[in-house]
Amino acid sequence: MAGEVTIVFLGPLRDLAGEPSRLVPAPLDWAGLLTAIGPQIAGQLREPRINVACAGRVLADKTALLAKAGEEVALLPPVSGG
Amino acid sequence: MRDIRLLDRMFIPGTLIGPFTQANPGLGGVCTFVGEVRHGEGEPVESLELTHYEPLTLPGMHDLADRAFARFDLMGLLMVHRIGELRTGEPIVCVSAAARHRRPAIEAVDFCMDHLKSAAWFWKRERRGGQWRWIEPREEDYRDLARWR
Repeated sequence: MAGEVTIVFLGPLRDLAGEPSRLVPAPLDWAGLLTAIGPQIAGQLREPRINVACAGRVLADKTALLAKAGEEVALLPPVSGG
Repeated sequence: MRDIRLLDRMFIPGTLIGPFTQANPGLGGVCTFVGEVRHGEGEPVESLELTHYEPLTLPGMHDLADRAFARFDLMGLLMVHRIGELRTGEPIVCVSAAARHRRPAIEAVDFCMDHLKSAAWFWKRERRGGQWRWIEPREEDYRDLARWR
């Protein structure tokens, strides 16, 4: 069934992407994600300091990403709260 | 008693601490930390913006509270974190722990704050001279976090 996956850019990645989120065709795997976000963000995403969440769960191995239609994939750069 | 919240408006920590203390009858001590937006050195900080990710941030704070309860002998834990745009002097975070004895209360607050600083799902940027700049945790923040491993 055709559908879309939402990619959400958080923190500084939102500035790099120029938008808070982007819709791409489902399903979405790691290779598809790297292509969908462009070389600059893909370069950062390959670094271990960027985490990826799919459907509300942080992936232990982001390269194992497999997002289905309707799911949200969040790109999570290093955090800073408090 | 557990009270974990994200707030998108200015809050007054004192109005939370009173009811929290009342809700833990029989406690021996309460320890509270309040973090505020600092003025900063050099060019003054005009404002601070905290963004979060709804599916992860509040569940992550609840998970942190679970770990604090498992690790320290607590009666209650209050953890409130701001999101949105804040001005200098406004509170960003308030963590308060109630326990029968002082040490668990003090340590639980320290534990929660170290995790909120560099291991919770928040992204912070500040504006100085009209320019926004993203803030990353300092090496010191990561060292503080490593103390609990």
